[in-house]
Amino acid sequence: MSKYYLNYLDELESEAIFVLREVWAQFQNPVILFSGGKDSIVVTHLARKAFYPSKIPFALMHVDTGHNFPETIKFRDDLIEDLGVRLIVGSVQESIDQGRVAEEKGKNATRNALQITTLLDAIENHKVDCAIGGGRRDEEKARAKERFFSHRDDFGQWDPKNQRPELWNIFNGKHFEGEHFRVFPISNWTEMDVWNYIKREKIEIPSLYFAHEREVVWRNNSWIPNSEFLKLEEGEEIFKKKIRFRTLGDITITGGIESDADTVEKIAQEVSAMRQTERGNRTDDKRSETAMEDRKKQGYF
Amino acid sequence: MLDNNQLLRFTTAGSVDDGKSTLIGRLLYDSKSIFEDQLEAIENTSKQKGHVGVDLALFTDGLRDEREQGITIDVAYRYFTTPKRKFIIADTPGHIQYTRNMVTGASTANAAIILVDARHGVIEQTKRHAFIASLLQIPHVIVCINKMDLVDFSEEAYNKVIGQFEEFSSKMLVRDVRFIPISALLGDNVVNRSDNMTWYQGAPLLHTLETMHISSDINKVDARFPVQTILRPQSEEFRDYRGYAGRVAGGVFRKGDEITVMPSGFTSKIKTIDTFSGEVEEAFAPMSVSITLEDDIDISRGDMIVRSNNKPEALQDIEVMLCWLNNSPAKPGAKYTIKHTSNDQKAMIKQIVYKIDINTLNRSSEAIEIGMNDICKVKIRTTKPLLVDNYRENRTTGSVVLVDDATNETVAAGMVV
Repeated sequence: MSKYYLNYLDELESEAIFVLREVWAQFQNPVILFSGGKDSIVVTHLARKAFYPSKIPFALMHVDTGHNFPETIKFRDDLIEDLGVRLIVGSVQESIDQGRVAEEKGKNATRNALQITTLLDAIENHKVDCAIGGGRRDEEKARAKERFFSHRDDFGQWDPKNQRPELWNIFNGKHFEGEHFRVFPISNWTEMDVWNYIKREKIEIPSLYFAHEREVVWRNNSWIPNSEFLKLEEGEEIFKKKIRFRTLGDITITGGIESDADTVEKIAQEVSAMRQTERGNRTDDKRSETAMEDRKKQGYF
Repeated sequence: MLDNNQLLRFTTAGSVDDGKSTLIGRLLYDSKSIFEDQLEAIENTSKQKGHVGVDLALFTDGLRDEREQGITIDVAYRYFTTPKRKFIIADTPGHIQYTRNMVTGASTANAAIILVDARHGVIEQTKRHAFIASLLQIPHVIVCINKMDLVDFSEEAYNKVIGQFEEFSSKMLVRDVRFIPISALLGDNVVNRSDNMTWYQGAPLLHTLETMHISSDINKVDARFPVQTILRPQSEEFRDYRGYAGRVAGGVFRKGDEITVMPSGFTSKIKTIDTFSGEVEEAFAPMSVSITLEDDIDISRGDMIVRSNNKPEALQDIEVMLCWLNNSPAKPGAKYTIKHTSNDQKAMIKQIVYKIDINTLNRSSEAIEIGMNDICKVKIRTTKPLLVDNYRENRTTGSVVLVDDATNETVAAGMVV
């Protein structure tokens, strides 16, 4: 019987497909939270597989901070067209204009925390009862405790101490009006698994992940890209470097690493030798030891 | 990493003192799965708290409360990879008040690591962990006799623990038990073979985890396919396509197999087994596929496709070993939603047959209430038949959870006996 087993990537894929199909069966109006980053791209690819030969039966929801890499937006629009699915955009700029949130001030100001309000507003306005995300348990310590099916109350909040037990692969998505779920089909994947899968499946990803020449400034121990939003501080200097990004967030907070990896094979090789976590270059996680847990409780991705 | 590498899920249960965190830390550290920035963050916190050296427990405790109290409360999942396998650790607390978290972590595990302090031998907690491993039918149990450095690496101390363990576990159903003498602190027999215990002929822990046979952990005999959802693209290219999407829960399905759809009893033949990458000749657990049939029959979510010569039982009265997971006790006569594979029904707990004291394994038939962390044998009646197998035969089709309709919370987990 020895041939009847799956390798680890096939098993992870099968688990994710199972989870995505459960979402479709258990919820009325699910969406995929799409950031343009590799994890949400992989989730979207898995959704395509889960429902083939049908189209993906969910809309993609993008929370647009206005501080985007232009490459990300182009990639998003091309993918939407290719899949033939609906795109919902929640705009942080609109939330600011409507007075729902106020822009942060100071040197390290970002729109990262403001996304929470925009995201929750978009979920409410579009009557979304399940938002599928690309979060992984290996990313961050608070995420290590996250369920596949993660309950949010009617304020969109996560209560980590009162999570529903999740046994075998029986998922409980029951909820009351106004509440919603966050579902994480690739919970059990690591960064390395994601890259190996992208390589195997030949999944297209934004050019930002590959090594390229870019104007950058050294800040908070990483190379922050030059953009219209960047204000140079005293002593800071613009360099031209060959860099690539390990994660994609806002252009204002996503640090690049110096790299020559310009193919998926080279990236996978580079990642396997990395001694820093991928979120090590994200200033949003560095604000405090429990920064991620605190944001997640409020409704963050 | 080779393409045919498998995924192994294991659980560790233990309390603060038995070296569980040190063991996990050692496995992650020696397999280069702890990153520099994570280590740095832990070093900083250790210093702030005035600990000497690096407190590896901080690596496994994720939530604010856990870090403040220095205990693991919830199940934390950890990942590491070696050139031979990918591993998922479900790291669970060991204390009795967290039985439900241990049960949760155990539910998907191929293997359980039970830590025993060589100085103290088998204690109440060891028995509890072994019992949960047997209750949840974890296929492989590895008893790590830890802190061998504190008993002069004595073979006698090791044998004594084996004797104690075998004596009390004889009543349990554990298929595969192994014993490894280790020192998590010094690294003996964790990743590398110990020079201090040449009398031990077996493999170190990591090698054991890398090589143990797990392909047979999933039932490959009794073909079961719970239907999750129906795929009807209604596009030009797939106008009449009607695929039953699901994940094989047991056995092997092949093109042309004679199948029965339960509970309706309609029979047909498998026309195709489809995936995004194309048709496949056969599908086995745990593959996610889409099945089409030769005949157009009425099938919906919750139905199960099985091979006609091997069917599960359709039962409205089931006996289950129930672990209660919620703060509010079970209400006598109350109705719950019972979730079994892709099928939801209403259910009522009719009778408590007995309650088990998980420290002594004594059964008490006078129990009238089921509270948090209790493990009981109960009789459940459902509104419509469930298509169940005995949990020992199939962990997917033999398991249920109960959901309280008043709160929507998952309140109990059950194993069909």
